[in-house]
Amino acid sequence: MTGHRPVSSSSLLHPSRAQQVGRVTLILLSLLFLLGFLILPVAVVFTQALSQGWKLYRDSICQAYVLFALRLTGLVASIAVPLNLVFGLAASWAITRFEFHGKSLLITFIDIPLSVSPVVAGMMYVEVFGLHGWLGPWLSEHNLHVIFAVPGIVLATVFVTFPFVARELIPFMQAQGSDEEVAAVVLGANGWNVFWRVTLPNIKWALLYGTILAASRSIGEFGAVSVVSGHIRGKTTTLPLQVEMLYNEYNFTAAFAAASLLTLAAVVTLGIKKALEVTTGLRRGNEKEEAKS
Amino acid sequence: MIYLTAIVLIPLAAILLHASRQGFMGFLHTVTAPRVLASYRVTLGSAGVAALLSAVFGMLLAWVLARYDFPGKRVVDALVDLPFALPTAVAGISLTALYTEQGWIGRYLEPHGIHVAFTPVGIVLAMSFVGFPFVVRSVQPVLEDLDPAMEEAAASLGANVWQRFTRVIAPVAFPALLTGTALAFARAAGEYGSVIFIAGNMPMKTEITTLLIVTKLEEYDYSGAAAIAGAMLALSFSIMLLVNLLQWWGQRREGNRT
Repeated sequence: MTGHRPVSSSSLLHPSRAQQVGRVTLILLSLLFLLGFLILPVAVVFTQALSQGWKLYRDSICQAYVLFALRLTGLVASIAVPLNLVFGLAASWAITRFEFHGKSLLITFIDIPLSVSPVVAGMMYVEVFGLHGWLGPWLSEHNLHVIFAVPGIVLATVFVTFPFVARELIPFMQAQGSDEEVAAVVLGANGWNVFWRVTLPNIKWALLYGTILAASRSIGEFGAVSVVSGHIRGKTTTLPLQVEMLYNEYNFTAAFAAASLLTLAAVVTLGIKKALEVTTGLRRGNEKEEAKS
Repeated sequence: MIYLTAIVLIPLAAILLHASRQGFMGFLHTVTAPRVLASYRVTLGSAGVAALLSAVFGMLLAWVLARYDFPGKRVVDALVDLPFALPTAVAGISLTALYTEQGWIGRYLEPHGIHVAFTPVGIVLAMSFVGFPFVVRSVQPVLEDLDPAMEEAAASLGANVWQRFTRVIAPVAFPALLTGTALAFARAAGEYGSVIFIAGNMPMKTEITTLLIVTKLEEYDYSGAAAIAGAMLALSFSIMLLVNLLQWWGQRREGNRT
């Protein structure tokens, strides 16, 4: 950058020419990096999907298997997300409002799915519910299918999206403190009332934020689901798996068409997320000030 | 707590038990087979390089986002999370499409003898893609919290840009940078979806460990898969421990300063 040149005291307030050049270079460098690394991959999905024209694009999306995969992905997300929402709420409530033994252990456990490889995660469920697993023989006796069936996919998705809600809520609720809830209790509100009237309105944005992250991940999860699903077309293929199968069959246009749906979902997620950050001031270190005011 | 036990701990215990049931020698034999060792080299080597790249570019982006104002900053800020939101399978096929011979970027690289798709370079690329947001998101809040007054003070004492960076900013941001890099490394080492398409998956050369687990599962070699998964779990937990230590270190440093 500017080298070993003494800088006057006002240099940060009135940047010198060299500093401005440095600043513009850094900004351009990052924009270039983003363009090459993030925007191009998204652009390529859409151009590939539309490379054979709109009609083929529509046809590839309206294939029975793709539509089925879309429905299955929706179904899985709509089971996994509410489950984790409830758990995330319960866990963050317990962690921020009560003292108990093993609390820090619980916090560590919540992070496990983030550091374990999705493939290993999927494999764990094969170990428990698979034919050679602990519950496998009993399950198959009762004609219940978990692995290579929808329940396994739901379980794997629940596992990978497990930390998102809790991780958003815990710091937020910690910063907020429990003063308002205590006040409500003093005024004679019962637990249920405190939760619906005080806690929930306070945390609703953080809760929504975590839920969106969880939903986005559960729609797009690939590694964990791919291990437990068995890739049975029209039965256990979620949308990301369908993308993989089409791609491996060299049916690139169809693969990218299905991928474009997922990409759209991702872009919409980012939009909502950013809108939430801007309007509510989440994630900008404002939690504390917000809680105080 | 019960939910947690059912969803996380029991399956975790199952895999570790299965891995240990084959006895220590059997376990050792499986996890040190030549093909498995080669996959560690590929995975850890690529993840290491990817983590370093993520650290450099993540630091750059975090700096630009925390310090400068420019048109479209919000869009850039939102875009950083794209690798989190984009399904890994989609990232995998689109990166591959970009870097093969006919791809937008590969077209210009291939004539110069630079092969990205189906080589370790492609693996590094895919791993950096999923890894770098971790660095940005770890470092950015720290840089935003850092009071520009401290830099101004350093500048008024005659420190040049380089001195200000190494003496004022780097010590504060360093724990966060390390945490982010460790997270990026963990994610890169466990990555599956975005890597398998671009890797080419040649045994001994471009086969990553997670793919090997899947291959073993497809061959119904459950014990082998469990053993390798156990080894990977050990890696994940050591990284988690490291991250916790780093965060503790960062907090202690912060405590010392105030």
